[in-house]
Amino acid sequence: MSTVETVALVKHYDNDVIAVNSIDLHIKEGEFLVLLGPSGSGKTTLLRMIAGLEKVTSGKIYMGGRDVTHLPPRARNLSMVFQSYALYPHMSVFGNIAFPLKAKGLPYQERKKKVEWAASLFGIEQYLQRKPRQLSGGQRQRVALARALVHEPSVFLLDEPLSNLDAQLRASARDEIKQFQRRIATTTIYVTHDQVEAMGMGDRIAVMNHGNMHQIGTPQELYREPADTFVATFLGSPPMNLLNQKECIIGFHPEHFLPKDIIHEESPRFEFPFRVTRVEYLGADRFVYGIVPSESGHTRVISKIPSLVTVPLETDQLYTFAVLKEDMKYFDKKTGKRIDPIPFSMAVFEHAEV
Amino acid sequence: MSVAEQPKNPTTSAPKKERTWEYALDNERLLGMTLLLPAVIYIILLVAVPFFLAIAYSFSDATIGDQSLDFVGLETYERVIKNPTFQTALYNNFRFTIIAQVLVTTLSIILALILAQDFRGKWLFRFLILLPWVTPIALGSVGWLYMLDTLYSPIDYVLREVGFLANVEGKGEFVRSLTNILQDIGIVEKDTALKLNCEMRGTREICFFNMQWLAQPDTALYSVIAVHVWRMLPLSTIIILAGLTAIPKDIKDAVAIDGVGPIREFFEVTLPLIAPITGIATLFGLIYTFTDVIVVAILTKGNPANETQVLPYWAYLKGIQGTNLSEGAAIALFMFPFLLVVAVITLTLISRREVT
Repeated sequence: MSTVETVALVKHYDNDVIAVNSIDLHIKEGEFLVLLGPSGSGKTTLLRMIAGLEKVTSGKIYMGGRDVTHLPPRARNLSMVFQSYALYPHMSVFGNIAFPLKAKGLPYQERKKKVEWAASLFGIEQYLQRKPRQLSGGQRQRVALARALVHEPSVFLLDEPLSNLDAQLRASARDEIKQFQRRIATTTIYVTHDQVEAMGMGDRIAVMNHGNMHQIGTPQELYREPADTFVATFLGSPPMNLLNQKECIIGFHPEHFLPKDIIHEESPRFEFPFRVTRVEYLGADRFVYGIVPSESGHTRVISKIPSLVTVPLETDQLYTFAVLKEDMKYFDKKTGKRIDPIPFSMAVFEHAEV
Repeated sequence: MSVAEQPKNPTTSAPKKERTWEYALDNERLLGMTLLLPAVIYIILLVAVPFFLAIAYSFSDATIGDQSLDFVGLETYERVIKNPTFQTALYNNFRFTIIAQVLVTTLSIILALILAQDFRGKWLFRFLILLPWVTPIALGSVGWLYMLDTLYSPIDYVLREVGFLANVEGKGEFVRSLTNILQDIGIVEKDTALKLNCEMRGTREICFFNMQWLAQPDTALYSVIAVHVWRMLPLSTIIILAGLTAIPKDIKDAVAIDGVGPIREFFEVTLPLIAPITGIATLFGLIYTFTDVIVVAILTKGNPANETQVLPYWAYLKGIQGTNLSEGAAIALFMFPFLLVVAVITLTLISRREVT
């Protein structure tokens, strides 16, 4: 177990592309940190630099206080699970799990004991003699986890380990990884582009885009206090609605944008004319798509209404929807950064023709 | 917009007459046969017919002058086998092929590993390595004939310049030569004589040593093998390089993470992963080298004293130059069992690769 720290970490590629731009990260001992971002955000490059698979352009990496910036992966006592699992196709499951131990020069009997222990953790004892191609996707993933775990690393790196699994298996594997991480309490860095995965698993989430770190915080912090419009629109499904106003950009989550009548009379709120264009019934929720007037013409927004609310809503009809004042977020028009609430003109909503 | 307002999809009033032959090639069986037909005709005319003709000739007493097929049983085979030159040729075929292929496989794995790295000027290196393969083998062999020339060999010139072979004034001066060294370490037989060539230049007699690569049994043998290696190396390297680049990057990363050193990585990960494709490259090389007639025909013509004779060239000498068609056919057919075995193994390997 150890902490992982990056200081002003930068990665440039030869063609002047900045993959990772001055990242400062401090990951606590035993913490489960998720690196979240769309593809091309630099999250995998950052992970690979921490692993030692990618050369660092500038900046430092510390593990447990030790400078490992220029050390090879094997000197960092870490292990990694790859998106493709990267099992050795010509070796049996036993051979795969034992391989990192062989590299450490452990005698056969000890190797055998450790492999059996790791295999039993993931319930794959009965497959030890099989080749990877004879296993299902879920079993392969367990083998990859067992191989990563067997030499008891102090840092555990996972690069989109669930993206090759089908949706059902993904949910159970997510749960399994999280529980097992709690049990072994090893510092873990987990890369994903799936915000549901990130929200569900991370102790903290680091949101990246275009090589920049947008925000680091707990899932609740990211949801309640997004640092900027990128974080606001990347998290949540559906994501936050943004409206361009003269003074600033205002934003609100779909679940906070509700028919005026179901909000308590006295609660301070903003009211918006809302023309419904489409209604989707999704069992527990209703997604209501429509348009709201704003500075830059009409803006499409989504409302997420729990099925408990049975207000009838029909397409092509005009309604009044409202957002509680406390649920409204404000962002700077130029930088996109979140700012303190400021008054903005409601005129555009009052004389609007939607 | 209601359904009634939508523009109508114009329909053709008169249905076209069905022409079923237009779709004949949609039938996979028919399409397959059509596509295979040219290859089948080619193989029947240029491979199967000559092959069965050769079998027929080998059991007859046919000559170029009299091609009538009079059955003589195994008489021709008996005569062929008893000839000591045939025995040397058969032995050489295996010796050349196996030694050359061991060298080719080893060297091409090394070359492929080098080419898989990133370095400056890689394209030039790659181009130079491929060059022998795109050179017609006859042209390449003629080039080597000059390189190994008895008097004007550039290799000898280089050896003289660096001091392995001496350039001396007058005879009788002992110079330790490459041949001496090769004799000492047992690669060249002891009784191989070092030739001293002398010529008058003005009033001075200049003598210089030559290796006479193609005139001595040992060096002639190594020369033939070396040219085979030079020739097969590019193809083998490119095939193995393809195998190396097909190893997923994740596997290499996993090796780095697992903390495995380069030697263990090579023997326990890289080599097993490229083994199937290396096997295929090796089997291709075996067939090429085993059946090759050009290198020996141009370089040594089987000389000195048939020491470098091989089956295909011996079959040509006997059957065409010696006009004894039946003996030529019988000699050539001795290559068949070996080629059959290699071909079967190759096809099995390839089909197994498709499955996994």
